[in-house]
Amino acid sequence: MASTRTNIMVCCGTGCLASESEKVLKNLEVIAKARGYAEEVQIIKTGCFGFCEQGPIVKVEPDNVFYVRVSPKDAKDIIDEHIIKGRKVERLLYMEPNENERIKKQEDMPFYKKQLRVALKNCGLINPEDVYEYIALGGYEALGKAITKMTRDQVIDTVKRSGLRGRGGGGFPTGLKWEITKKQESDVKFMICNADEGDPGAFMDRSILEGDPHSVLEAMAIGAYAIGADKGIIYIRAEYPLAIARLNTALKQARELGLLGKNIFGTDFSFDINLKYGAGAFVCGEETALINSCEGKRGEPNFKPPYPAEEGYWGHPTCVNNVETFANIPSIIMKGADWFAAMGTERSKGTKVFALAGKINNVGLVEVPMGITLREIIFDIGGGIPKGKKFKAVQTGGPSGGVITEEGLDTPIDYDSLIERGSMMGSGGMIVMDEDDNMVNIAKFYLEFTMDEACGRCGPGRIGTKRLFEMLHKISSGKATMADLDALKQLAYMVKDSSLCGLCQTAPNPVISTMKHFWDEYVALVKDEDHPQGEGRYVPKNKIGMKS
Amino acid sequence: MAGSPEKYKDRKKIQIKINDEDLTVPEGITILESAHEVGVKIPTLCHLDLHDLQLYNKTASCRVCMVELVDGGNQNRNKLVPACVTKAYEGMTIRTDTLRAINARRMAVELLLSNHPNECFTCPKNLECELQALAEELNVREIRWEGERMDYPKDFSSDAIVKDSNKCIYCRRCETGCNEIQTCGILSGIGRGFNAFVGPFANIPMVESSCTYCGQCVQVCPTAALTEVYHVDKVWEALNDPDKHVIVQTAPAIRVALGELFGMEAGTIVTGKMVTALKRMGFDAVFDTDFGADLTIMEEASELIYRIKNNKTLPILTNCCPAWVKFIEHQFPELLHVPSTCKSPHIMFGTIAKTYYAEKNGIDPDNIVVVSIMPCIAKKAEAKRPELTKDEHNNVDIVITTRELGAMIKEAGIEFNSLPDSEFDRPLGETTGASVIFGTAGGVIEAAIRTAYEWMTGETLENVEFEQLRGMEGVRKATVRIGDQDLKIGIASGLGNARVILEEIRDGKADYHAIEIMACPGGCIGGGGQPYHHGNHEIVKKRREAIYEEDRRKKIRKSHENQEILELYREYLGEPFGELAHKLLHTHFEERERI
Repeated sequence: MASTRTNIMVCCGTGCLASESEKVLKNLEVIAKARGYAEEVQIIKTGCFGFCEQGPIVKVEPDNVFYVRVSPKDAKDIIDEHIIKGRKVERLLYMEPNENERIKKQEDMPFYKKQLRVALKNCGLINPEDVYEYIALGGYEALGKAITKMTRDQVIDTVKRSGLRGRGGGGFPTGLKWEITKKQESDVKFMICNADEGDPGAFMDRSILEGDPHSVLEAMAIGAYAIGADKGIIYIRAEYPLAIARLNTALKQARELGLLGKNIFGTDFSFDINLKYGAGAFVCGEETALINSCEGKRGEPNFKPPYPAEEGYWGHPTCVNNVETFANIPSIIMKGADWFAAMGTERSKGTKVFALAGKINNVGLVEVPMGITLREIIFDIGGGIPKGKKFKAVQTGGPSGGVITEEGLDTPIDYDSLIERGSMMGSGGMIVMDEDDNMVNIAKFYLEFTMDEACGRCGPGRIGTKRLFEMLHKISSGKATMADLDALKQLAYMVKDSSLCGLCQTAPNPVISTMKHFWDEYVALVKDEDHPQGEGRYVPKNKIGMKS
Repeated sequence: MAGSPEKYKDRKKIQIKINDEDLTVPEGITILESAHEVGVKIPTLCHLDLHDLQLYNKTASCRVCMVELVDGGNQNRNKLVPACVTKAYEGMTIRTDTLRAINARRMAVELLLSNHPNECFTCPKNLECELQALAEELNVREIRWEGERMDYPKDFSSDAIVKDSNKCIYCRRCETGCNEIQTCGILSGIGRGFNAFVGPFANIPMVESSCTYCGQCVQVCPTAALTEVYHVDKVWEALNDPDKHVIVQTAPAIRVALGELFGMEAGTIVTGKMVTALKRMGFDAVFDTDFGADLTIMEEASELIYRIKNNKTLPILTNCCPAWVKFIEHQFPELLHVPSTCKSPHIMFGTIAKTYYAEKNGIDPDNIVVVSIMPCIAKKAEAKRPELTKDEHNNVDIVITTRELGAMIKEAGIEFNSLPDSEFDRPLGETTGASVIFGTAGGVIEAAIRTAYEWMTGETLENVEFEQLRGMEGVRKATVRIGDQDLKIGIASGLGNARVILEEIRDGKADYHAIEIMACPGGCIGGGGQPYHHGNHEIVKKRREAIYEEDRRKKIRKSHENQEILELYREYLGEPFGELAHKLLHTHFEERERI
């Protein structure tokens, strides 16, 4: 990077790739070369910038100019105007929807202003396919520090004191999980990375794996050292081909440099990682189901206890952590527990990545400190609701969460405050609804998802979710009675109470929370003849054997 | 503490509370196991604990046993837990009687019923169905969740097992048994969510799978998702055909289990009543498969001695059990030269019925219908094996199970409990104690030893009871001294245990002379066609005791002393293991695919 004058960073995350960012990259390279600037300008393929709504994203450094919605034919202007003539391409600069001024710098954009990037710190900054770029920004230093200068207990203690909690949804303290796994007496232990991201609309894990794969490998090695594992598995859904390709490249590079494998950094610590591909079943994100799937068994959960830390992969103590959780680890080791614990709220430390979607201007991936309010995320970062519509509710926690309304917008969000509000953190999906959305249909949308994704093992999950969905369908079709509403409520609580694993225990949350906040919409569908509350009709994705 | 299972006996004692009752229990015990100590019955459905067989179904999936775990003073933090797998800890407080728990349990059954065919009246499991019983027990009065139901075609492809996936409640008991006990791995979860049910890989028809038809899945299925192919009507038809001479034979294990279907204690011996009932139903002759068993011993003991004396393949494996035969054909085709070539007792009997008996009584074998009453489902498929038909007729025409016989007796309006005793017909009705013990694991080999001993030594065997060959373990190894030779015997019941022994043989690590293998744990008394034990294996143990009791009652306890058998050889067959015997009483096996 040192010999070049300018870096042009082209987002090659899945979203931007889908909008032809690879062609943008190619065109930039060809044109730069043709103009004789190949030596001076380095064109870098990066991971996701997060601002997917405005993709493809191209950033020019050190000028700190942020271009949005760049099409392949814009490459010519970026080279000819910006690089050669030093004039910014005005039409490609971001324009805030509520203002008329184009913004050129990333940090001036409201979307980035309130963000705080820890897990995503390298995403959009480095070429994820080049280990040296990762190393140049301090990569693998944390691993070196952990295994050469720290004891296993010190590593665990640091993570514990940092207050880091599992980012996959459960929020279990990571350090404690490592400690429990470390305490198990066994010669064989496993460190598993859960990359089976499945919440509709959530893609933070994918972005990290695509944009900064080495951070996960490094963190897994640190964790493995701490718990005493010498083998690791990344369980990743096969629908993430780009993430898989980049992980494979990263694994190869790390092995070549001795950052994975035997006697890492000349110590007696050895660790290597295999990839296991999931077929995309949502339930395989549940850790016992994930382990079953890794073993080649049917992907369905087991009753806990025993927890994986006691009896996991092939019966050996196993620690399962989520991608985003891992992505925080190197910084915690390098900057210390106190630095991390200084961010966030009393019981939820650090940052959280959210995937903003639905009726919101700035769809994309954002990382914010815990304790920020939903209002800041939706209105400041997310740019508010499109077309001047009125905000109605936001669903956090994906299909496992619930809706939060206007009155909850100013609550500082963390794991516990969301649960108190009848929702949950989940993996960080955040779907915004406006005044046009009918909440019964919203509940139905989520139930259809969980019904389809339930493994079928337990009765409440297998049949209960189906009946909840059918009942919602009956209500939204205007055929239900008040007694049906009562039955729906009872069933929702029963499924929550009685299901075997987290997937179906949380599946009724969208029903319970919409019934709590928008009871009148349910009642209207029962009592009003013309269903004034919205679409009314909902066409299910699958035939469900009922006439609507 | 009286009822606490053995496995916890050395554990530390802890205090728990169930519905305000204080209770001292061993650490690690489940809530379900503790509750009955205080007179609390927690309903279960998927749960199965056959500890004698090491068969534990711990899927915790039906959620019918949910109880409320009380969390200190904060009622909001109470939660429901499944009693079957939740272990007690010091100070634990459980309530089974809260509205929340009662509703959850009832709704769990209500949900299952909402996806279950409403056909109890005509269901083969009517009044034997555990789901039906639960609906009554949990007071389900309405099903509020009418919606889509599973709609799969029934699988009638096999000659033994009917699979009706619409009745599958996904308890996975069958799968656990098929995988962990029988190691066949035929049954497993298919589909996802609402469409999940248990079946063979990719839901291929049962007949195309490597299923042995042992029927242990049928024995543990709580509903009628897995049942036997029903042959009762065929028997009635034959009995009412004036041109047919219908003879029936009953396996040794029937007489110690049939009474259960009429409310009798498990282990009640009902041989005499059973014979009377069969005669009243109109069978032209009522015979005993025990006769076929004695015949089997004549052949098998001869084969054993032949193999020992001529340094032929050892060990010899008994092959009375058709599920086991199918198992070795699918799973160990390279070992097909090891089993004895003898037909199974009821097939031998069928052959003799259509040859010797037919000739002797001047009946056209074409008009003879042989009905076998078996504790077994696999026998139904065995009787259809092409190599076991002679002159284009099955040696055995119809096989029905103990349960089907019970149904026929009821249907015929026979008051079984008050029937007088009768004797089996002659000449194929004389039997020995040796043949009776065929009904329990270890019995075939013990019977063979009783005969082989006397033939090899020329001495009289005084004590015919070989305790070293008796026991409920899955694999038993014993040595029997015969003259100057130690005979090493292996006994395995349950196909998983059979696999262990077969692997030893395959790897050249076994030095047995003879091995008995039965597919069902405990042998035929625990067969797939026996009255349902509903998870209570004590029943099977009582049947076993009754089998040995029946042996002790017999005057003749060695197969080769059965006078009618000797007469059969004298008049018709010639030498045991001789030319005609070989033609009529022996068979062969074929390699089958492993799917």
